[in-house]
Amino acid sequence: MDANAVYQKPTVEEIAQILPAKFSAVKVVKTEERRVYATLPRENLFEVCTYIHDNLTFEHCSTVIGVDYIDHLATVYHLTNYYNGVMIELAVDIPADDMHVDSVTPIWEGANWHERETWELFGIVFDNHPKLERLLTPETYEFFPFRKSYKLRGSE
Amino acid sequence: MTDSIVPIKEIEENMEKMDTDKMWVIMGPQHPFSHGLWTLKVQLDGEIVTDAEPIVGYLHRGWEKETENREYPKIIPMADRLCYAASMTYTHLYCMTVEKALGIDIPEKAKYIRIVADEVCRIQSHLMWLAAVGTDLGNLTVFLWCMREREYFLDLNVKLCGARMTTNYPRIGGVRNDTTDLFDRDILRTVDRFEKALWDIIYLIDDSSIFVSRMKGISILTREQVANVGLTGPAMRGCGVDFDIRRDDPYDNYDKVDFEVPVLTAGDSYSRYMIRVEEMFQSCDIIRQAVQKVKALGKNAPYRIKTPSKVPAGTTFTRLEDPRGESLMYLVSDGTDRPWRLKVRSPIFVNVSSAKLQSVGTRIADVPAVLAQIDMCLGETDR
Repeated sequence: MDANAVYQKPTVEEIAQILPAKFSAVKVVKTEERRVYATLPRENLFEVCTYIHDNLTFEHCSTVIGVDYIDHLATVYHLTNYYNGVMIELAVDIPADDMHVDSVTPIWEGANWHERETWELFGIVFDNHPKLERLLTPETYEFFPFRKSYKLRGSE
Repeated sequence: MTDSIVPIKEIEENMEKMDTDKMWVIMGPQHPFSHGLWTLKVQLDGEIVTDAEPIVGYLHRGWEKETENREYPKIIPMADRLCYAASMTYTHLYCMTVEKALGIDIPEKAKYIRIVADEVCRIQSHLMWLAAVGTDLGNLTVFLWCMREREYFLDLNVKLCGARMTTNYPRIGGVRNDTTDLFDRDILRTVDRFEKALWDIIYLIDDSSIFVSRMKGISILTREQVANVGLTGPAMRGCGVDFDIRRDDPYDNYDKVDFEVPVLTAGDSYSRYMIRVEEMFQSCDIIRQAVQKVKALGKNAPYRIKTPSKVPAGTTFTRLEDPRGESLMYLVSDGTDRPWRLKVRSPIFVNVSSAKLQSVGTRIADVPAVLAQIDMCLGETDR
């Protein structure tokens, strides 16, 4: 397997081999039919995403999701290949005391609003994002409502 | 005094030298083109749009946070309210996500009934869109005819599950009830009738110069732009991306029905309209096949299985082809009867973020015609 070649239709098995071979930090957790689940540290996110976009032809970023696990947070990326329908799920852990992660908007413009939404609801800062402003909530909000520490009425 | 009157020629020469300022025009939140509460700020240089910025969030009600407070079955009626025009697909997606997290397989009959319900939903959503385009472009006949056809499909919803729009029909583990008596007869009659009626609407639009001149050759997007900006659904297929989740990443039993995915490479506003019309014909074909399959399974085939109330800990995601694009749900479960986190990827949320790409370079008068192709629905955009 040549890790520097460009694959238009990489199969699940190929992706599961290439990604850990190219980046030792990437761990493929499990694979299903047309699905690859992987985790990686946040330092490698941008270069891995650039590689997935350029060399594996994943042209579409479906979502950027924030999750609050209380002791740490996480961002999850779903990437789609338009030639064979394979999806990669990348999960990145973010420590609760330093909530910074690289933005993937320079790679996929479609991630722009998802990252803005994740920032305003969870407080995860996306470095190098072109316009990290509040989108759904009013600009005067001073809290991040989707954190677990923000209790809804009647939830206790 | 002749020298007080400036000759017209001189005005024109001065106008060319004059440095005109760009102007921001705010369309919305209450504007006939917006179909809901959202604002589009457009920057104009004369009549040409040079920049645009959509502002959403007026309807943000914390849908995802609310779900963390409820048991799994209680989220089904909430999922209906994500998009009132295509409620069945969101409930279907939610149930499918929980079923995948539970690791269960639902009965064949439920899968085919869901296909029928989804495609009925797709047709009525596209008709709602076509009616909105009719009023946006100043043709009220199209609006009235589309709404009339839509009523027949809403009647099918009533026949199937008793409600017109927020149907509350799919369940975790199947569907709520079996098809009612004579449902297959009614749906085939409706579909046959609709295919003829749709041709009337197509002739009405294609012969109308106000439609064609405001859509053909306007707002041309390339395949690379569309893929990068995350535009999905019929708008994407009108720009040359040959991808449909129903065919390329099949869920339920879509791999067992036969249909074509219309794709056009022109990339203009008109081809995005054409895709939706063609999709309605394909949906009719899918409905015919799926109804036959439901009938072949017999009256006594199971349509629902019992499921546990607690979902094992883990993360799951599923996606499906909504009438408007790619919908995705991501579920983080912690082993209790309530989700830890449920995220909805709404297709319009991303489609509307590309408003700048779509409208820059067009004239201000064409902006409603261009952005009508998004098929705006604020319930799922703001969540």
